Amino acid sequence: MAQEEFLLNKLWKIQLQEGYVSDKAIRQLSRQYGRSWVDLEGVISFYHFFSRKPTGRFIIHLNNSILSEFGGFPEVLAAFQESTGTRLNHTDPTGTFTLKAASCIGLSDVEPAALINWRPFINLNPEKVHHLIHQLRSGTDLDDLADRPLSDAYPNTDPDKQLMIKTYQPGTAIGKLPEMTPEEVIREIMEAGLTGLGGAFFPTHLKWQSCRNQPEATKFIVCNADEGEPGTFKDRFLLQKYPGLLLEGMITAAFAVGSREGIIYLRGEYQYLLGKLEKTIGQFREKGWLGRNLLGIPGFDFDIRIALGAGAYICGEETALLESLEGHRGEPRPRVYYPTEKGYLAKPTVVNNVETLCTAARILENGYEPYVNPAAPDSPGTKLMSIAGDCHFPGVYEITWGTTIGELLTRCGAVDPYAIQLSGPSGELLPASWVGRKLGLHDLRCGGSVMVFNRQRDLLQILQNYNRFFLQESCGVCTPCRAGNYMLSVQLRKMERGLASTEDLDKLEEWAKLMEYNSRCGLGQTAPKAIIQAAARFPEVMDQHTRTKNAPFDLDLATSAYDRIINELR
Amino acid sequence: MKTVTFYIDDLPCEAEEGKNFVDAAAANGVVIPSLCYYPHINPPLATCRVCTVAIGGQPRAACSLKVSEGLRVQVNTPELIENRKAILELIFAEGNHFCPACEKSGDCDLQHLAYESGITYSRFPHTFVERIVDFQPQRLVIDHNRCILCKRCIEEFVTDQGEKVFSSHRRGSRTEVNVDYDLEAEMSDQELTRAMHLCPVGAILLRGKSESRPFGDRKYDKLESKETIPLDQPIDTSALPLQKKVVATASLAGCFGCHMSMLDIDLGLLDLIELVSFDKSPLTDIKRFSRRVDIGLIEGGCCNSENIENLEYFRENCDILVSVGECAIWGGLPAMRNTISLEACLQEAYLHSPVTENAHQIIPNHEDIPKILDRVYPCHEVVKIDYHIPGCPPSAQHIWKVVQNILFGTKYDVIYPEFKYD
Ligand SMILES: Cc1cc2nc3c(=O)[nH]c(=O)nc-3n(C[C@H](O)[C@H](O)[C@H](O)COP(=O)(O)O)c2cc1C
Ligand code: SF4
Ligand code: SF4
Ligand code: FES
Repeated sequence: MAQEEFLLNKLWKIQLQEGYVSDKAIRQLSRQYGRSWVDLEGVISFYHFFSRKPTGRFIIHLNNSILSEFGGFPEVLAAFQESTGTRLNHTDPTGTFTLKAASCIGLSDVEPAALINWRPFINLNPEKVHHLIHQLRSGTDLDDLADRPLSDAYPNTDPDKQLMIKTYQPGTAIGKLPEMTPEEVIREIMEAGLTGLGGAFFPTHLKWQSCRNQPEATKFIVCNADEGEPGTFKDRFLLQKYPGLLLEGMITAAFAVGSREGIIYLRGEYQYLLGKLEKTIGQFREKGWLGRNLLGIPGFDFDIRIALGAGAYICGEETALLESLEGHRGEPRPRVYYPTEKGYLAKPTVVNNVETLCTAARILENGYEPYVNPAAPDSPGTKLMSIAGDCHFPGVYEITWGTTIGELLTRCGAVDPYAIQLSGPSGELLPASWVGRKLGLHDLRCGGSVMVFNRQRDLLQILQNYNRFFLQESCGVCTPCRAGNYMLSVQLRKMERGLASTEDLDKLEEWAKLMEYNSRCGLGQTAPKAIIQAAARFPEVMDQHTRTKNAPFDLDLATSAYDRIINELR
Repeated sequence: MKTVTFYIDDLPCEAEEGKNFVDAAAANGVVIPSLCYYPHINPPLATCRVCTVAIGGQPRAACSLKVSEGLRVQVNTPELIENRKAILELIFAEGNHFCPACEKSGDCDLQHLAYESGITYSRFPHTFVERIVDFQPQRLVIDHNRCILCKRCIEEFVTDQGEKVFSSHRRGSRTEVNVDYDLEAEMSDQELTRAMHLCPVGAILLRGKSESRPFGDRKYDKLESKETIPLDQPIDTSALPLQKKVVATASLAGCFGCHMSMLDIDLGLLDLIELVSFDKSPLTDIKRFSRRVDIGLIEGGCCNSENIENLEYFRENCDILVSVGECAIWGGLPAMRNTISLEACLQEAYLHSPVTENAHQIIPNHEDIPKILDRVYPCHEVVKIDYHIPGCPPSAQHIWKVVQNILFGTKYDVIYPEFKYD
């Protein structure tokens, strides 16, 4: 297969070298890739991190997720504006700094955080920002200033169930492959009961088997390392701590399925991990663990490439991810084929989450027995949780499925918890008083993000932050999500201004359900979930923001623009 | 091909196995609204979501379904009908669809579906986002105000070398569909005409060949049709005693066209006078309400502070308030300014306009003249409105049928040709 460079990787090179994608660059790409101008412009404008206008020498992306907001986003932003001399979405007159906001960048335990030229800067406060910008102005190397965020890891409390967070001995997992048949590998995964840990919980062995069954010769293993759900950072942790384990997981999948090519789709926000990942791949090649006849298994050829995303949450959705890999806009495909039937380049493709693949490798290494969980038979094994927010010990936790909310809150040292957001804004908003509820397939599903909110936090502010996130991240392909998020924002703003009637609250809920019911993909279907759950589970808070009677028309607001113009003319 | 039996709302139907569900349903006499669906684009685009049906309660896009033996699909349950109507209203609210000023009016799929579903107004606030009309292509004009982002043009127009002629740009609510200027220049007139016809709305126009055809000749006019439009339940006031009722009317930010239309029932007016008397109205020149009024008919939206006061005054004095015509319902033509800032509007009108005399360049302001609002508001965003009569202007028949229903509980049907947005 011709190995044309991934279009996005190419665009990244241009963006990093020149600071933007110029008309000239587009013309050249148009020739190289045989694609029209309008098409390329469409791709570039889809991704948040590509710019069509020259940018400053330093591009600052300040995270605006809810945890950043609660951690001091407004003050940090003000400090950036003051010290750089520019505003949000602008470049300062000297062309040194460009200031932008970004959706969650996977550093929730150390917020507020920002990326400067895509290097991480964490635990920001106004003093740190002023100091940082001063250093940059005086020529200090960016790499010397950048932080090295490695989250605190909390292994499972039950020593028998420390399955992921423990020593990693490279080659142990794939060392088992030469003695196994692909069927045996798939059976092992099945016995362990591994289900997708990216949040959808689809049985992994079925996915692999279905791909294996396809008659085509070319098949792909794609690792979904797009981790974009606000509040999640467990995949980043794995990529930093166990990159080899991930590669072993992919090799295992390739062996099971019969694939010769693997691709890691790494979110652009994590490109500071690229070096280590590439180095590990290099080491694997040297050891004969990637390449031809690997592990000495005749005919088992497999290699791995990395494709870099560029700031689009939706590209975590597997079919959008495949579109992105093919160099298109990251729009989810209509549900006609499974990726295992027609995936990347219309070939059978397994898309698995980072944690799923790492766990698959661990299963091979440990055998399936430790994964069987009599207490919660439907949710075997363990799960990594990224916990952040109002708690003393944010970090990555390994837990056994079946752990209760109460136990989780105790472990992380939650402070006066009031509400919890499980699995990010698209997941579950629940009262912290639900201490007896259990994590697992049978009760509360969780993809790995836990955000704790204390009693001082304003629920409406949380909902508005989520709404802005989805408004920013919707791909725009289908009506209910593209327009629906906007309609919800109008109603939320009304509530914020104290102008919402009970009828408005009903509309908010009704429109939220409309989006949930009609949207084409998971993003639009789950974007309004927190609103629906807030109305059902926190009625007292929603009522606080609602007038009982129809609010009068706000004539002062509607005439304020006219008054201002007339005044300015005087 | 094998013929199979499937079920629409429990009614057995037959079609070839694997046939697209929208087509199969139509062949069995069940029309499912669809906008982005275009028979030979495969897999279907599935972008507009107006075709949502359900299988076992789970929503599915009908255009993405294929017929199989024993397939059971819910199509016309009251909830699904309402749901599809809401999506259509969402599309109207999202774009800037000024039907009375659109070349495609009468030939537009979106407008047609809205008629079929009896949409009188959108439950969603109109976004009035500023969108451009792109005159840069050599022969095409792309009006982004009207594009519903269905992606038909993107999928259909690909060069022999596989290059896309159209593509979406940006994302989310800022998405827009653009044409490649170089490739457009190379396309034949025939192809460009096809692009214009393929667009379900009036977003793609070919200069000099735009579709405006005389009223009556257009694709969806159906002048002779006796089909009726499914409106919300007519108000049942049949229990009320039959006595003379009081009507009031107002023209806010409108052109008096709706009032002209009210007078358009000709001799019917004489019958009407037997049944109702008029209070405050431009027709009577009564300035203040002299008594409680049964029904108020409002023409025009609210563009200044006086409109607001007047509308609130009507709401206080009328039992039932009706928005008559597009301007009252959502702003109409005056709302064309809503996508432009008030400052720019006032400057253009009073400071830069060639008709203002140099010496008199001033934006009118005085305590006695009303203040201009930041945008034109539909009446139902200001006060509660009980009923909406669409049209620009609505036909006289439509207006008086509704009024008679409200006042006397007279049963009525609005037939197809009387239900229009233009
Ligand atoms: C809007 C959206 C975003 C998603 N983002 C991610 C993501 O960042 N990482 C991920 O692994 N899966 C994500 N998914 C789930 C993927 O579509 C897919 O189910 C997953 O990659 C399958 O891997 P698994 O079976 O190993 O979990 C997302 C899904 C949706 C609908
Ligand atoms: S639901 Fe949202 S993200 Fe998904 S296809 Fe529709 S517009 Fe795109
Ligand atoms: S221009 Fe027309 S055909 Fe193209 S996406 Fe817009 S509405 Fe659809
Ligand atoms: S016609 Fe089915 S989604 Fe548009």
